[in-house]
Amino acid sequence: MANLEKRVPSPEGELVILRDMQFSIEAGETVAIVGASGSGKTTLLGILAGLDTPTGGQVMIDGVDIFGLDEDGRADLRRRSIGFVFQSFQLLSNLTALENVMLPLELVGRRDASAVARAMLERVGLGVRLHHYPRQLSGGEQQRVAIARAFVADPALLFADEPTGNLDQRTGDRVIELLFDMNRERGTTLVLVTHDEALAARCGRRLVLDGGRLAGTV
Amino acid sequence: MSRMPLSLRMLLRDWRAGELRVLAAALVLAVAGITAVGFFTDRVRLALERQAGELLGGDVSITSGQPLSAGIEGLMPATMRQAHTVEFPSMALSAAGRSALVAVRAVSPEYPLRGTIRVGEQAFAPDRAIAGGPQPGTVWVESRLLGALGIAPGDDIGLGEASFRVAGLLAGEPLAGGGMLFGAAPHVMLALEDLERTGLVQPASRVRHRYLFAGDAAEVAAFRKVAEPLLATGERLETAEDAQPQLRSALDRARSFLSLAALSSVLLAGVAVAMSARRFISRHLDGSAVMRCLGARQSTVLRLYALQLTWLGLAAIAVGGVLGWFAQYGLERIMGAMLQMSLPAPSWWPLMLGAVTALVTLLGFALPPLLHLRHVPAVRVLRGDAGAMSPAGLLAYLAGGGAIVVLLLWYSSSVRLGVQVAAGAAAALAVLAAIAFGLLSLLRVIQPWLAPAWRPGVRSLVRRRGSTVVQLMAFGLGLSVLLSLLVVRDDLLAAWDGALPADAPNRFLVNVQPGQVEALQAFFAEQGLDVPELFPMVRGRLVDIAGNPVDIESFDEERARNLLRREFNLSWAEVMQSDNRIVAGRWWQLGERGSAEVSVEEGIAEAFGISIGDELVFDVGGERLAVRVTSLRSVAWDSFRVNFFVIAPPGVFDAHPATWISSLHVPRDDHRVLDRLVRAFPNVTVLDVAAIMDHVRSIMDRVTAAVEYVFLFTLVAGLLVMYAAIQATLDERIREAALLRTLGAGRGQLLRALMAEFAVLGLLAGLAAATMAGLSGWAISTWILDLTYTPGMALWLVGALVGMLGIGVAGIAGTRHVLDVPPLGILRAS
Repeated sequence: MANLEKRVPSPEGELVILRDMQFSIEAGETVAIVGASGSGKTTLLGILAGLDTPTGGQVMIDGVDIFGLDEDGRADLRRRSIGFVFQSFQLLSNLTALENVMLPLELVGRRDASAVARAMLERVGLGVRLHHYPRQLSGGEQQRVAIARAFVADPALLFADEPTGNLDQRTGDRVIELLFDMNRERGTTLVLVTHDEALAARCGRRLVLDGGRLAGTV
Repeated sequence: MSRMPLSLRMLLRDWRAGELRVLAAALVLAVAGITAVGFFTDRVRLALERQAGELLGGDVSITSGQPLSAGIEGLMPATMRQAHTVEFPSMALSAAGRSALVAVRAVSPEYPLRGTIRVGEQAFAPDRAIAGGPQPGTVWVESRLLGALGIAPGDDIGLGEASFRVAGLLAGEPLAGGGMLFGAAPHVMLALEDLERTGLVQPASRVRHRYLFAGDAAEVAAFRKVAEPLLATGERLETAEDAQPQLRSALDRARSFLSLAALSSVLLAGVAVAMSARRFISRHLDGSAVMRCLGARQSTVLRLYALQLTWLGLAAIAVGGVLGWFAQYGLERIMGAMLQMSLPAPSWWPLMLGAVTALVTLLGFALPPLLHLRHVPAVRVLRGDAGAMSPAGLLAYLAGGGAIVVLLLWYSSSVRLGVQVAAGAAAALAVLAAIAFGLLSLLRVIQPWLAPAWRPGVRSLVRRRGSTVVQLMAFGLGLSVLLSLLVVRDDLLAAWDGALPADAPNRFLVNVQPGQVEALQAFFAEQGLDVPELFPMVRGRLVDIAGNPVDIESFDEERARNLLRREFNLSWAEVMQSDNRIVAGRWWQLGERGSAEVSVEEGIAEAFGISIGDELVFDVGGERLAVRVTSLRSVAWDSFRVNFFVIAPPGVFDAHPATWISSLHVPRDDHRVLDRLVRAFPNVTVLDVAAIMDHVRSIMDRVTAAVEYVFLFTLVAGLLVMYAAIQATLDERIREAALLRTLGAGRGQLLRALMAEFAVLGLLAGLAAATMAGLSGWAISTWILDLTYTPGMALWLVGALVGMLGIGVAGIAGTRHVLDVPPLGILRAS
C-alpha cells in the first residue's frame, strides 16, 4: 500500500485518521496491527479489505489497485479471495450455525454448500451445534462459527478485527489457537487487528499505529 | 447466476424466524378482501351473461308505453318469432274480499321466446319448466300472494272486472326483476287475450308493452339494423347483449363500491406492510452488510431481498385467493336472495385482480424501506452505526399513497368516482389525523394529573407520537366506518321517520278513471272518512325545450335521461297545493282558464336547464302542445303527498284522456277499507308506501350488510397495523421492561402499565372514530338529506367501549412477551 490517507469531516473541522501509510505484506505472512484505542487500527483494516475507501493513496492486492475498482469490483474480489473474522462475530441471528457458514458458498452458487459447511463446522469442533442459532451458542462457539465461515470459501487473505475482544482469556486463547491452526493448514495470509500483546506476538510481524501514523514495524 | 434458490432459502429462514408474518398476513388480507369482492361480482356477471337471452325472454326486446307502431313489426322476417307482453301494477282481490297490490304481466301464447317459465303446483313443492304462458281464464301467481290474499292454489282471484283461477305458482320466469314496483309486489301472469276482459288498461293507464323477437344471429342483427332508426322516442330496443341494463349498471356500481370498501383494507394492510417491511429491513442491515463483506454485490443483496419479498407476495396471493374464495360465500349469503339467480363458478380474473393488488401494495409500501439497503455500506460490519435507518416520516408513505391512488382509479368504474373517493378518503384521513393529534395533545396536558398507575403507559403513547397517530388513524378509519353503518345509519333512519308527520299519507290511489272521481269521493264520505283530494293527470312526453328539440343523449345526468325517456304526468289546478312554494315567476289568477302556461318544479327545471319564459312542447297522445313556463315551484317531496313536476291552469290538458290520483292515510293494519274500495273500484290500484319503503329498506339492509362484511377486513387490517406498530417498538419495550425489572418493578406493575397504555389508545381510537362517524352522519343529513341530526351519546359510548376492549386485548396479546423475558439476558445482549 502506498501513501494511504483517510480524513473525515467532523464538527471540529477535518479529522485525519490515517496518514502516510506505506507497507507491504507478502503472501502467507501473518501480520498484527497494534496500537492504542483510536489509533486508526480498525479503519486501516477496513481500507485494506476494501470495505472502506481512503481519501488518498493506493492499496494493491495481487497487483490490482482495489480502489481503481468500483464497489462491485471490490465485492467480487472479496468473494473470491478474502475472509473476515470480527470482534462482534457478525453472525446472522436468524440463521443457524450451518446456514451462517453456508452463506459465502451460497452466494457463489455452490451446490455442495451444505456438505462443505458441515465439514468445516466439524473441523472447528461444532459438529453437534449445526442447527443452533447464534443466540443459543456461547461467545466462543459463535466466534468459531465465524472462523468456519471465514475459511469455508478458501480465501487467500483473512482479516480479523479484534477476534478475541469479546471473549474471556481462556476462550480467547482457544479461538486464537484454532485461527492460527487453520491459517497454517491453508497457508492463508492473515492480517489481524488487536491490542492484545500476546496475540500480536504470535504473528510474524507487528505494525504499530500511533495517531494515525505507522510508528514502527517489529 | 440465478439468485432464485438462495432467495427462496432466505425466505424460508426468515419465515422460520417469524420476521415476515405480519407482512404476509397484511398481504393475505389485502388479497382476500379484494378477491372476495372480485369472485362474487364475477359470478354475478357471468350469470348475467349466460342468462342474458333468457333474462330478456327473447333475442330483441322493444319496450314502450304505447302499442308499437305497426311499421316495425312488419319489418320482421317471416322466419323470426314474436311475442308480446303488457306489464302494469294493479290490485288483486280474493273471493273473501281481501286485496293486494300485484305486478301483472299479460303474455301472448308465444312467450317466452327464450328461457322458460317455472311453475309449481303447491308452495314449496318442486316446480317444472313450461313453454308458454297460462291458459285463458287462469293465472299463475307468485306464492307470496297466497298469504297476502289468504287463498290456496285452485281458488279464484279478481283482477279488474274479470275473475281467474289460480292454476299454478310462478317459481321463476324471464324478466324477473324490472323496477322497484315489480320487485316489491308479487307477480301475476295471465294470458294476453284475457287482458281486455279485466278492463284494467284504459287509454291513459300507465302500462309497459314489451315486444320480443327471436331468430338466428344474422336475422337478429339485420332486424335490429332496420328497426332501430324507426323507433319513436320512448320506444326502447334492447338485445340480449345489453339486456337488463339496470341490473348490469347496478352490478358495476356494487362492484365499484365493494371494491372501494375493500380498498380501505388494502390501504391499512399497506401501512402494516410498510411498518413490518421497515422493521424487517432494519433488522437485516447487519446481515446485508455481512453479505457485502462476503463478496455479494450491492445489486445482488438488493435483488435477493426483493426476490424474497416477491416470493412472499406470490405465496400471499395464493393464500389470500383461497381465503377470498371462501369469503365470497359470505357475500353470496348476504346478497344472494336479492339476485334471484343461481351463480356459476367464477373466472380466474379476480385472482389477477388480487395479484396486482398485492404486488402494487408491496411495491408502494415495501419498496421504499427495501431501497434503503442501497445505503448500507459494507463497512457497517466494523462501524455499527453506518447506514442506519432514519425514523420513518410521512414521506415514507408517499409511494404507498401513490400505489393506493393507482388501485383506486383502477377499481372504480369511472375516473370521477375514483377522484371523488380519493378526495373523500384524503379528507377523512386528514380529519382523523387532526382528531388524533388533538386527543394526544390533550393527553399530554392532563398527564401530570393522572393516577400514577396510568402514567407510564400514557407517557409511552405520548413519547411515540408518530406511531400512536398512525395507529389511531388506522383504527379510527375501520371503526368509524363500522360505527357509521351500525349506529349512524339507524339514527338517520329514525330521524327520517321522526321527520314524517304521523298522519302522512301512506297509500296512493292511482288509475282512477274520470267517471269514478265523484263515486270515489262519495265512497269515502259513506265510510265516514276524510274525503281525499284527487288530482287529474295526463301523460305527455317533453319533446322541445325553448325551441330546441330534446336530445336525450345530450344530458349527462342519468336521472334527467331517465325522466326524458318516460312520459311526464301533467296535471292541472286552479290553486297551488299548500306545501308548494313559488321560487320564481307567479302562479296564475283564479279563473285564468286555458292560457297555455305551466309551473315547473325547480329540481327538474335545473336538470333540464329550463327558465321562466321558456316554451315547452309536450307530445300528448300524438298532439303537440306548446306551453310557456311562468313559474318555478319548490315541492316538499318527503311529505308523501301527490305532487307534479308540471302543472297547468285548467283548460290546457283537460281535453286529453286522463286518470286521477290521490294519496291518503290509512292505519297500517286496517285492510277493510281498502278491500272494500278495491271491490267497488277494481281498476283502481292502491300502492302501499310503507310496503315499498320496507322493500327499499330491506335492499338497503342487505347492501349495508355486504359493505359491513367487507369492512370487517378493514378492521382486521387495523389490528394488523397495531400489531405491526407494536412489533416495531417491541425491542425497545423489551429493553425497557428488563431495565425496569432490574430496578425492582414487578410483573404486575409492568402489566398494568401496558394495560393502561392500550386501554387509553383504544379509548382515543374509539373517540376519534365516533367523532368521525358523527361528523359524516351530520354532513350527510345536513347536506344531502336535509334532516336535523344530532349524534347520540351512544355513538361515543359504543366507540369508546369497542375501541378499549378490542385494542386493549389485542395490545396485551401482542406485548405479553415483554413480561416473560428474563431481564439479564436482554441487558447482556444489548
